[in-house]
Amino acid sequence: MSLPFFPTGDDPGPSFIDLLRRSAPTAGNLQPRGLPVSGVNPSAGPRSGDLPTRSGVPHGTTIVALRFAGGVVVAGDRRATEGHAIAHRGIEKVFPADRYSAVAIAGAAGPAIEMVRLFQTQLEHYEKVEGTTLSLEGKANQLAQMVRANLPMAMEGLGVLPLFAGFDVRRKLGRIFSFDIAGGRYEELEYQATGSGGRDARTTIKLGYRDDLVVDEAVELAVKALYQAADEDSATGGPDPLRGIYPVVSVVDEAGYRRLLDDEVAERFAVLLESLRGARTGDQS
Amino acid sequence: MTMPYYVAPEQVMKDRAEYAQKGIARGRSLVAAMYGSGVLIVAENPSRTLHKISEIYDRVAFAGAGRYNEFDQLRVAGVRHADTKGFAYSREDVDARSLANLYAQFLGQVFTHEMKPLEVEILVAELDPLGDNHQLYHLAYDGTVVDEEDFTVLGGDSDTIIERLTVSFRRGWPLDEAVRNCVAALAGPDRLLAPSDLEAAVLEKGSERRAFRRLTNEDLAEMMAAPLATDTGATDGTGEDGDSELAGSGRAEPAEGAADARSEPEHGQPQAGEPEPPAVPGVDGE
Repeated sequence: MSLPFFPTGDDPGPSFIDLLRRSAPTAGNLQPRGLPVSGVNPSAGPRSGDLPTRSGVPHGTTIVALRFAGGVVVAGDRRATEGHAIAHRGIEKVFPADRYSAVAIAGAAGPAIEMVRLFQTQLEHYEKVEGTTLSLEGKANQLAQMVRANLPMAMEGLGVLPLFAGFDVRRKLGRIFSFDIAGGRYEELEYQATGSGGRDARTTIKLGYRDDLVVDEAVELAVKALYQAADEDSATGGPDPLRGIYPVVSVVDEAGYRRLLDDEVAERFAVLLESLRGARTGDQS
Repeated sequence: MTMPYYVAPEQVMKDRAEYAQKGIARGRSLVAAMYGSGVLIVAENPSRTLHKISEIYDRVAFAGAGRYNEFDQLRVAGVRHADTKGFAYSREDVDARSLANLYAQFLGQVFTHEMKPLEVEILVAELDPLGDNHQLYHLAYDGTVVDEEDFTVLGGDSDTIIERLTVSFRRGWPLDEAVRNCVAALAGPDRLLAPSDLEAAVLEKGSERRAFRRLTNEDLAEMMAAPLATDTGATDGTGEDGDSELAGSGRAEPAEGAADARSEPEHGQPQAGEPEPPAVPGVDGE
């Protein structure tokens, strides 16, 4: 490796992706996916829960994001499936994108995790080269471009559908963005869930959602949504006390990104199960 | 038709070196020193937005003295190199030594082959997050690399600043003491530097993945205004009575306060904005 210098008119600027294209170090496998093929009708593209999937490749499933007063909660189960088999019990689908944002992924695990790594590097690269961070919307647009660049792979069953959520430090509020495989970017005003269990998760959140949720209630609702998704969808993993594997639950607010400790999440599930048990036997209000 | 004159290579190199040194001497200096939990870098830089000190990667920082556009180009190349390497391999594989070598190669190449050498001196610092083996690589305009212990000074006036810092430097000193003494060394006996004249950053142990943190003017003001007794912690500079009491109590404890006090009068304590007169009498009584 030598120091990357570029002629003045051909400088990649703060874009890490352009830098990779330009310098193409050692191998093509560092190259991000090519530009999307033409002639694909975006409206025909699948959205949310109904990605075409290729068997034999691990797929991640349910992720949820919801807003509360002062931030967002992002959560995801831990299961990856290959067709009808469980591929992994402990993969993670919720990542910090940078200090004030989180990205969660559903879809083919390989390309998804690579996309997250590229996205994280891109945000940090921009920040270091420019000396200032991208706006939250700028970050969402960057991710949309990456999702769009993945379209040819998505057509072959290796689609990635991320959720992007973060705290907008300029507007002082939490915001959520969802995507379709053609790179469409949609701001969600309340909540969103994608992946195979996304529909059940959405319904659960819908029933409990209020505009004035506080962080605790939002976490509780996210945990409940994941539980219900796992209850209905075989590809979504529930809490696994035997192995100590619990869904990843993260909060992004004014203080930045923080992931809840496993013990804390376990406690939440215990409380939830208790209340569900109570509801069934009728001795709980 | 004129024939090119023969110029001895020694003369060419000497001329280039002189040219580069002159350019560097026009800029203001910069100090990097290790402290108890990391590496401190302080530069004299009145601009808030054009940085001399920057983050390269998780544990690696960069600082430059001399021509801004030239060292900034080197900085961006360093960020690009580090991010590409970390993406291709792993974040752990990015280190200061290999980056310093690349810089050295480039600087040496430019020095010998180009019309004009780069008028810069740069520093690549790496934090050892677990131990105290932090690294400071000081690169000169001709590509010379020096692996520095304890502290280093970049820029025109480096010899006198090194002299001053040699007297005051103490291994393992706390951050506020390091800031005060580095600023004093930069300023010299006849000047006072206010926080707004300075740019400072640390690579700090115990932080999250990214160890680089800029010190704000408020941070600096607090550290520079703190009473000399380092163990009493920083005060916010209110109430002069309180300050004189703190300085008094500091004198009662010989260990840290004494080491600190010994070094101070030689350079004159630079004061942040509002001077803190009670602190100095405390020293004189020592």
